[in-house]
Amino acid sequence: MKLLNRSLIYLSAVFFIIIGVWSVIFYFNLKDEIRDSIDDGLDNNRLLILIKVHSDSTLLGQNEFGGNNFQIHPVSKEKALAYRDVFKDTMMYRLNENDLEPVRLLNSAFEHNDQYYRITVISSLVEEDDLIEDSFWSVVSLFIILVVSVVIVNNFVLRKVWNPFYDILNQLKTYRLDKNEKSIEINSNIKEFIQLQEAANTLINRSKEAFLSQKEFTENASHELQTPIAIIIGKLELLLESKDLKDEDANTIANVINIADRLKRLNNSLLLLAKIENKQFLEEETISLNETAKNLLSNYDELLAFKQIEIELDETKDLKVKMNPALADILLSNLIKNAIFHNKKYGNIRITFTSEEFIVCNTGNPLSLNPDTIFNRFEKDQTKKDSTGLGLSISNAICNSYNLKINYGFAEHQHCFKINFNNILAQV
Amino acid sequence: MKILIIEDEADLRETIKESLLKEKYIVETAADFTSAFEKISIYDYDCILLDIMLPNGNGLDLLEELKKNGKSENVIIISAKNSLDDKVKGLALGADDYLTKPFHLAELNARINAVLRRKNFKGKDCIEVENVVLDIQERTLTIDNINIHLNKKEFDILNYFLSNKNRLITKTALAEYVWGDHIDQADNFDFIYYQIKNLRKKLEESNAQIIIEMIYGIGYKLTEK
Repeated sequence: MKLLNRSLIYLSAVFFIIIGVWSVIFYFNLKDEIRDSIDDGLDNNRLLILIKVHSDSTLLGQNEFGGNNFQIHPVSKEKALAYRDVFKDTMMYRLNENDLEPVRLLNSAFEHNDQYYRITVISSLVEEDDLIEDSFWSVVSLFIILVVSVVIVNNFVLRKVWNPFYDILNQLKTYRLDKNEKSIEINSNIKEFIQLQEAANTLINRSKEAFLSQKEFTENASHELQTPIAIIIGKLELLLESKDLKDEDANTIANVINIADRLKRLNNSLLLLAKIENKQFLEEETISLNETAKNLLSNYDELLAFKQIEIELDETKDLKVKMNPALADILLSNLIKNAIFHNKKYGNIRITFTSEEFIVCNTGNPLSLNPDTIFNRFEKDQTKKDSTGLGLSISNAICNSYNLKINYGFAEHQHCFKINFNNILAQV
Repeated sequence: MKILIIEDEADLRETIKESLLKEKYIVETAADFTSAFEKISIYDYDCILLDIMLPNGNGLDLLEELKKNGKSENVIIISAKNSLDDKVKGLALGADDYLTKPFHLAELNARINAVLRRKNFKGKDCIEVENVVLDIQERTLTIDNINIHLNKKEFDILNYFLSNKNRLITKTALAEYVWGDHIDQADNFDFIYYQIKNLRKKLEESNAQIIIEMIYGIGYKLTEK
C-alpha cells in the first residue's frame, strides 16, 4: 500500500468519527435553539393577543384556529387558576401538506373582565425528519468534500513534499556498488530527508568498502595461489624434458603435473563460485539461450561423433533472457558438458527450449542421483577422480544469483536438468 | 627474436626463460616496474610478456607507455587475475593476448608463436615446417601443396604441435588446450588419442616431413623427419 493511500485511510477514519460525533451534538443543539426561539415567539404572540383583546373583544370568540394561530375558550375560574403555562409538541392537520405536521403550542390562561379564558397559541415547527435528513446529507457531503480535498492535497501538495523521499528511493533502487557511482544527492532542506540521505550514503559507503575488500580478497587469493601453481607446472614440464630421466620418473612427473592441473581447476572453480556469490557479474544483456547452446554444442561436434552420441534439439520456442553473457555461457556449458561426459556410448542428449524453460536430458549411468545433494560442492561421481565436483554447484550458484529454479530428475533412464527462467525473461 | 619477460616472481621468471631459450629466442627479463620501464624505453622487443601486478607499479601503466610509442601490439599479458576488467583494459590498450596463470609452457609457446607470426608475416598467418603449411586464418592444411581435410579438433591439435615443435606436450596440457577454459572433465583422453591417431594417419599418407611421436603415458612430441 502506498504511503499516500495509507494516510488517506487514517484521515478518512478520523474525519468519519469527528464528523459523526460533531453532527449529533450539533443536531441536538440546533433543535434546542430552534425550540427556544419558537417558544419565545409563542410567548410574545400571547402577550400581543392579550393586549389586543382589550381593544377588540371579538377576539374572545375565536374558538377555532381557522386562519389564525390561536384559539380562545372560556373556562371556569378554578380551572384557569390551576393552569400553568405549558409548551408542548403536537401534531396537527395541515391543509397544504394534506397530512399531520408537527406544531409547537402554548397553553395558557388569562382573565378578562372577570371572565376566565384558556388561550392556545401555535406555531408550525420544523419537521424533525426533514431536518435530520437534510443535515444528514449535508454532513455526508461535508465528509465527501473533506476526503476529496485530502486526496487532492495528498496528490499535489504531499507528493511535492515527499518528492525528495521518492528521489532517494529511486536512486537507491538503481544504485550499483560495482559501478563507482557518486553518492546519493537530493534537493531538499527538510531535516528528515537530509538525515535519510546521510544515512543512505553512510550505508552505501560501508557496503562499497565491504564489496571492494571482498573483491580484492578473491583476486588476491587467486594471485597468491595461481603463481605457485604456475611455477610447479612450469618447472615439472621443464624437468620432464630433461634427457637423462628414467621412464618411471617421467611417468611420476607427468602424474604430478596432472594433479597440479586438477589443483588449478579446483582453484579456478572455487574462485568462480566466490565471484558469482559476490555478485561480481553484473553486466546484463538480452541473450538467446538457443544460440548460446548451439554455439557450445558446435565445440563438441567431434567428441559427440566419437562417442556416437545423438543430439536432439527441440527449439520450437526462442528462449530469450536478460542475464550476464559469461554466466549464461558457464551455466549452459556446465550442463551440456555434464550431459556429454556422463553419457554412454551410443547414448543421446535431448535439449528442449520452452517459452520459459531450458531442459537437458541425457542417457547415462542407469542409477538415479540424489536430487537433494547433487548440487552440493564436491559431490561427484567417485569413478571420475579428475573432476572437481564443482560444475553443478557453479550452475546452482548462478541460478541462485538470478533466483532461478534448477531441478534434477531421473525418469525413463534419462537424467534431466531443468531450469526455469521465468523471472528473467527478456521482454519481447 | 627478442623477448622480454616482465615478471616479479623469480622462480616463474626463470622457468619461462629456460623454456623460451629452448625455442632459441633471445630472452631478457625484468623483475619490477622501474627496470621494465627502462628496458622498454631503450630497446625494441619482438614480444613482451607482461605481468600486471608488479612491485612499485602496475603493468597496465607500462602497457600505456608502450601504446604511446606504438609498441603495444606484441604484448601478452600474463596475470594471475582472471579479472574481466583487467582483460578488457589490457586488450583495449592494444595488448595482443591475455593469458591467465597458471598456464602450461606449451600454451605460452603457442601464444608467443601467434604474436610473432602476426608481427612478421603481415596479413599472412601461416606456420610452415618442411613440406607442411598450416594456414591459421583459412584453417587449412596443405602438404606438398595438396589440401588435406582436417576436422576442427585435428586442426587445433596440429596447430598446437607445430607451435611447440620438438617440445614435449603433456596429455594434460593438450586436453586443456582442446577443451578450453574452466573445463571440469578434462579426463577424456580417449577422444584426444583418437584424434591424434587420425592426424598421424593423415600426415603419414600425405608423406609429410613431420611426425607426431607418442611418449607413452606422458604425452607427445612433434619432430621433423
